[in-house]
Amino acid sequence: MQLSDLHVSDPLPEHNHTPTSVTLFMYNASVWNPHRINYDETYTTLIEKHPGIVIDGPLQGDWLAQCVTNWVGDAGGMVRFSYSNRKATHLGETLVSGGKITSINQASRQVTVELFVKNAAGEITSPGSAVIELL
Amino acid sequence: MSTLLTDEHKAWIGHEAPPVQVEVSRRDIVKYAIATEQVLPKYLNGGEAPPMFIFNLFGSLKQVSEIRHDGLPRGSGGGPKLPLQRVMAGGTELILLCPIKPGDRLTGVQRIVDIFEKQGSQGPLIFTVQSLRVTNADGETVLEEIQTAIAR
Repeated sequence: MQLSDLHVSDPLPEHNHTPTSVTLFMYNASVWNPHRINYDETYTTLIEKHPGIVIDGPLQGDWLAQCVTNWVGDAGGMVRFSYSNRKATHLGETLVSGGKITSINQASRQVTVELFVKNAAGEITSPGSAVIELL
Repeated sequence: MSTLLTDEHKAWIGHEAPPVQVEVSRRDIVKYAIATEQVLPKYLNGGEAPPMFIFNLFGSLKQVSEIRHDGLPRGSGGGPKLPLQRVMAGGTELILLCPIKPGDRLTGVQRIVDIFEKQGSQGPLIFTVQSLRVTNADGETVLEEIQTAIAR
């Protein structure tokens, strides 16, 4: 990746994410998160009144980060990253992560990108942004 | 105009938890990389941690007897017991100063930055905002994080 090849509004490659009960289990085990809304369907629907198992917000944050790290590879590193979980998503959904370049600073070699996770209805469930510094 | 939060809750703003020390293992990075379906070799071989590996890395490790009905450890948020108990992650802001690698001995200090209430479309929400500062064995700052949890 060369800075001179990048332009504002260039899209980042999009990725589909369809977590399963197994991948959610593995994720929650790896981050030591025993919150029942992420694996116990009976509790989640009957007690907390969610329509289904909740996909972890920080996992969606990871997908946003991966959008950037997969795109940049070894050409640079992420120096700032933020996201917020605006709408709950549930097991069984396929979500799409992506983004676009919003600014390029030639002097600092920093590129700012806007990121999103969208549901099948096209609603942004987790917006985010990141700053990448190219080598 | 707060109706659920008392002065006792608000008194937690500024509270700093005792430092938590973590030694990062290659195996834990690999587990995280597999679980999150990373594709870059540096993450899959555990040579470097993906940025969001930090999530809950400094979270409290409580005994099973201290786990609440919802599965979360009592006091896991590091703040007061809130009048709303159904908690979800709200978001994160990260400043990444250097990558986390296996063998790193990290120290994390969490601080409650704010606790406030908002009216959501389905009722009141309480936001707890915490900062996390992570330093390495040389005392250098590795990353800074602001994380928000939402109770409904």
